[in-house]
Amino acid sequence: MIRVLLPAHLRNLAQAGPEVEIDVEEPVTQRRLLDALEAKYPMLRGTIRDHGTLKRRSFLRFFACAEDLSHESPDAPLPDAVASGKEPFIVIGAIAGG
Amino acid sequence: MSKVRVLVGTRKGAFVLTSDGKREKWDVSGPHFAGWEMYHVKGSPVDSNRIYASQCSGWFGQLIQRSNDGGNTWEPVGNKFAYDGVPGTHQWYDGTPHPWEFKRVWHLEPSLTDADTVYAGIEDAAFFRSTDGGQNWQELPALRGHGSGPHWQPGAGGMCLHTIILDPSNPGRIYIAISAAGAFRTDDAGKTWRPINRGLHSQYIPDPTAEVGHCVHHVAMHPSRPGVLFMQKHWDVMRSDDAGDSWREISGNLPTDFGFVIDVHAHEPETIYVVPIKSDSEHFPPDGKLRVYRSRTGGNEWEALTKGLPQSDCYVNVLRDAMAVDSLDNCGIYFGTTGGQVYASADAGDGWAPIVRDLPAVLSVEVQTLK
Repeated sequence: MIRVLLPAHLRNLAQAGPEVEIDVEEPVTQRRLLDALEAKYPMLRGTIRDHGTLKRRSFLRFFACAEDLSHESPDAPLPDAVASGKEPFIVIGAIAGG
Repeated sequence: MSKVRVLVGTRKGAFVLTSDGKREKWDVSGPHFAGWEMYHVKGSPVDSNRIYASQCSGWFGQLIQRSNDGGNTWEPVGNKFAYDGVPGTHQWYDGTPHPWEFKRVWHLEPSLTDADTVYAGIEDAAFFRSTDGGQNWQELPALRGHGSGPHWQPGAGGMCLHTIILDPSNPGRIYIAISAAGAFRTDDAGKTWRPINRGLHSQYIPDPTAEVGHCVHHVAMHPSRPGVLFMQKHWDVMRSDDAGDSWREISGNLPTDFGFVIDVHAHEPETIYVVPIKSDSEHFPPDGKLRVYRSRTGGNEWEALTKGLPQSDCYVNVLRDAMAVDSLDNCGIYFGTTGGQVYASADAGDGWAPIVRDLPAVLSVEVQTLK
């Protein structure tokens, strides 16, 4: 089971708690994780990555295991600690305007 | 007993304000979608319980929300707005080509005949339609494909399609307006479009009378006279009596002819309202006095309406979609400000009172008259 932390606005939109759990086929990658997240919470489609290009929205970042994974290939395997559920995959809004 | 429901979109959520026909005491519901920019919230004229809302964020993009119970509960519907084909380019602020990019939905216009059909005006300017209650959206590409498209350029607020007017007497006729391209009309339900800007004069473009390039802020129409249009342009208040084929200025004695909103009395097609705003760089009321101006003669002769409105130290703006009217016998007029006030008049503008004073900046105001 993969753990995903969502920012507050997306939590509210998904009507979920701060952390959601999803099943992802191995090897666990960003693309597979986000596909599974959007399949379980279809209202999140278009809010984390663009509908057409599937690129990460520019004001969002992906963190895990104290690393910034925002610029990793969407098809690169995520860290073992994320794939095993030990550490969450974090979707976070960039600090802007404050 | 009649009721009135005022739908308010703000920078940080949506609010639903309700009152009985007296319009003296109001219930305030919200914020709905707290923290999100709510560009527009509008109810279906076919089913007053069906309401559509445009919800967006610089972080999370665009969502469309739909209510089937008058705004008590909401569900997200489709948010995929894909341009038809290869979008190409329009002009950037400096005149260089710039790719067409979807940014947000500015305006939602529910169909006059079908609660599941709704039109959307978006930035970068394009015209979309859903026929399944907002689940799926298709561009009507002939507008953007109009030959002038590559010459359109953004206004200060972006290149937005902000006004959609459906002609109740002619299902094929739709008017739209874009900042800063101008006004356009289709007579065949969106298959073809023509610019309707003859008579507009804009000194901020190289050819002041060009076919396109005018910064139209808003257009209003009375449903009983769909060929008569009233326009608040960047500067100039204009009128057309031939469905936009030609325009003439009706600014008359206004203290400034800049502004954003314009609307028409529900029962008097020659009674119109504007809120003059000092421009070009200040965007607040002249002399710190918030005044609605009313013309009972279809323009040119205007009277200031001040009773109940702040007449000193007021420096708010009233944005283009932030005025609406109800259709009760004594017509109610409503507008919202960037200072978070929503003012209402239950006597056609003679006197005003705030329904709420401290909302986030108001982006849009719409009214439903519930029988």
